[in-house]
Amino acid sequence: MTMEIIATYAAALCLLIGSFFVIVGVIGLLKFNDPMTRLHAPTKVGTVGIGMLLLASMIHSFVVGDASLHELLIMAFLFVTAPISAHFIAKVAIHRRACDMPPPPPRDDMWATLNSPED
Amino acid sequence: MARAFYWLVPHPFMTLLLTLVWTILQNQVSAGMIVFGLILGIVIPWTTSIWWPDTPRGFRLGKMTTYSVMVLWDILVANIEVAWIVLTVSNAKLKPAWIVVPLELRQPEAITVLAGTITLTPGTVSADLSDEGHSLLVHVLHTDDPDAVRDDIKTRYERRLQEIFS
Repeated sequence: MTMEIIATYAAALCLLIGSFFVIVGVIGLLKFNDPMTRLHAPTKVGTVGIGMLLLASMIHSFVVGDASLHELLIMAFLFVTAPISAHFIAKVAIHRRACDMPPPPPRDDMWATLNSPED
Repeated sequence: MARAFYWLVPHPFMTLLLTLVWTILQNQVSAGMIVFGLILGIVIPWTTSIWWPDTPRGFRLGKMTTYSVMVLWDILVANIEVAWIVLTVSNAKLKPAWIVVPLELRQPEAITVLAGTITLTPGTVSADLSDEGHSLLVHVLHTDDPDAVRDDIKTRYERRLQEIFS
């Protein structure tokens, strides 16, 4: 019985921390004024935010007795895919010249994104 | 013998990973499901191996595990740092910067892991790769010393990845 209460409080705490980080991510997305800096807030803060929400879901499932590890997979897939979407948004920002242009690479001709035929 | 093994299982770690993912997807551990996962883990890499020509041969799973734990810890710290920057630093005071990381790593898999790690960790997003793959473009959210960030990436992550994929 006491275990159940402790686990419920732990799940509630995880939900609170998770929602705090998600809110900070949203604030960052709205506050910054450049596509590249905007990218930082959701990509990183989002991972811990959603991770904590999933942890809460996992703790709750163990308390209820219907143990579930699916959340681990969601977390793993999220960690694998978040950098890729961030990478593509960054590439689009560079391609459309929507941000400060990066310095040229020291050892090669140019950045891969700028190496497009219509330029 | 080794050749027959690599013909049947061209990517041993992918086989293990697919079996593990299938077992977790089932949400219950039973022998039948593990065997079915193993069958999937052998059939899928075997049928798609034509699109995966190079297997990274010298891959060290143990070092990769310690690396993953370290990165997970860094992600936690990074999130708190970035949350602090978002909440306290005003737009006018923010100092974003591009940094260029020269790469010693040559394997595409290793560069992918490095780029993913950089995106998930303190205030940095990997944005682009140069056309020959010799440098990585990284965007930093807020820094006073871009060179220190670059050296940190090189010593903390790239050196370890070189050991993992050697």
